[in-house]
Amino acid sequence: MHRKQATQLLPQTRMGGPMPWIIAIMVALVVLATGGALSLNRLASTANDDLAGSITVQIVEADPAERERQTEATVRLLEADRRVAAVRAVPQSELDALLEPWLGEIDPAAPSVPIPALVDARLVGPASEAELLRLESLLKRDAPDARLDAQADWLGPVFAAIASLQWLALVLVAMLAFTGITAVWLASRNALSINAKTIEVIHLLGGDDHQIARVVQRAMRTDAVVGSVAGFVLGLLALWLLGSQFAALESGLVAGGGLIWLDWLAIVLVPVAACAIALLTARFTVLLLLRRPV
Amino acid sequence: MMDSDDPIVHLDNVGLRYGTDKEVLSGVSCSLDAGRFYFLTGASGAGKTSLLKILYLAQTPSRGAMRMFGTDMLTIPQSRLPEFRRRLGVVFQDFRLVEHMSAYDNIALPLRVAGVRERDLAEPVEDMLSWVGLEHRARAKPATLSGGEQQRVAIARAVISRPDMLVADEPTGNVDPDMAMKLLSLFYALNRLGTTIVVATHDLNLVRQMPDATIMRLDKGRLMDPTGALRYPPRAERPAGKRELYDRAMRPTIGFVKADEHDSGDDSVAADVEAAEKRGWEMP
Repeated sequence: MHRKQATQLLPQTRMGGPMPWIIAIMVALVVLATGGALSLNRLASTANDDLAGSITVQIVEADPAERERQTEATVRLLEADRRVAAVRAVPQSELDALLEPWLGEIDPAAPSVPIPALVDARLVGPASEAELLRLESLLKRDAPDARLDAQADWLGPVFAAIASLQWLALVLVAMLAFTGITAVWLASRNALSINAKTIEVIHLLGGDDHQIARVVQRAMRTDAVVGSVAGFVLGLLALWLLGSQFAALESGLVAGGGLIWLDWLAIVLVPVAACAIALLTARFTVLLLLRRPV
Repeated sequence: MMDSDDPIVHLDNVGLRYGTDKEVLSGVSCSLDAGRFYFLTGASGAGKTSLLKILYLAQTPSRGAMRMFGTDMLTIPQSRLPEFRRRLGVVFQDFRLVEHMSAYDNIALPLRVAGVRERDLAEPVEDMLSWVGLEHRARAKPATLSGGEQQRVAIARAVISRPDMLVADEPTGNVDPDMAMKLLSLFYALNRLGTTIVVATHDLNLVRQMPDATIMRLDKGRLMDPTGALRYPPRAERPAGKRELYDRAMRPTIGFVKADEHDSGDDSVAADVEAAEKRGWEMP
């Protein structure tokens, strides 16, 4: 049966007042949740890439001369290792600046507390447990006070929190989808109920359930498209506002949360998926409700 | 597969009950031949509408066997019912016109349901409107039509797809005697085109106008068949001359006799149709 004819079997009314609004709110929230989850994912990924092969060597020695000797030995040994890509001894001025908020201005000639020397190194591969043990034994003879830490370990709890937030976003998207499906199901059932007499006549004249389903589906299409587009625009606006707020923090970590084109593609797919889900739900609701004995 | 001599409908010991109430139809057995005209009569509450519902596939019998167009209707899947319903035309007692549609769209509905293209609809629908004398009311909604006009729209809708069987429930119940005769002549003309007609009525005057019709009388849910006319196989073959007449009436070029043409001064429907036959059944 031709689609245009199918629509003429029932009045060309829309599914009902609140439906486009409901879909718009759902889509806006899903866009926001998806954008947030993808941003967190990107942030975790960027931070992980940056820190995966990075280690910090602390030379914990109270005697400044010995500390200086062990630091030089550490830099020399690490530079000679073929699995170390880059080595940098953190300058004393940088260390002082880092500690200033807690210890106040430090006199380099006579520091009040002994401060460990730091050496940053970036490995060719990830800083695995085995790799740390190997480097530790390498430094043991010439720098016995050296302590090695993988930088990624410091951010372990942050990554765990990000993973939790991503799961939360996923659950939110699933719940919104479920709520949307329920709303469409109720609207379709309502449409069937309102047109029950006409549908009965169409059945008795030889119309089948698929013809009725196409009519309800077409009525739902307008609401779904209008709601999805409106929700998408609202969601994008909210994402842009949030992005602006976070960008103002000028944090290195937050800067890593910028979305790439693949993420934007996923966000654009949200309203498309919402339309598809609404139409399929309308169709299957009608087919399910009409499947009854004569 | 239906053999050409098979009855179009065969009911065997059919019973019908709604819920746990007592049966409204009991032990109904009959065979309806293709191309014949049947009157279903009986007092109010005798079960006429229930039997018609079974015939137009709105109701499944509670017991017994039912074959239609050579197919066991009690075992076919639900999904196949529409294809059988499209071979039927139904005039409901309460018309059941679709309120939001115009007379034109109501008449076009069976064709749209059957998937006829929009551009192919106009001609048959306009012919039907002309046939029932409602060309000027094509765009009117059912609520603005009189009872008689609604009835004619319902009849036009029932016959537009040239059904194999037309089932009409009290089709003359809401019209004056003159219009009743006009409608009967429409049914008779359709019957001459080969359509099996089943008309439920309690108007004996109407029945008298069709001496060749077979009468099915229901009494308290039971079908009376004292002459055996409804048995299968039938008692006697149809006379050869009559078969020839049917064959002629089923020529593909023929049209319908117009309702307005009934006013010939002769009360006999047969005389009215005879006049149309002389014309070659062409649509004027």
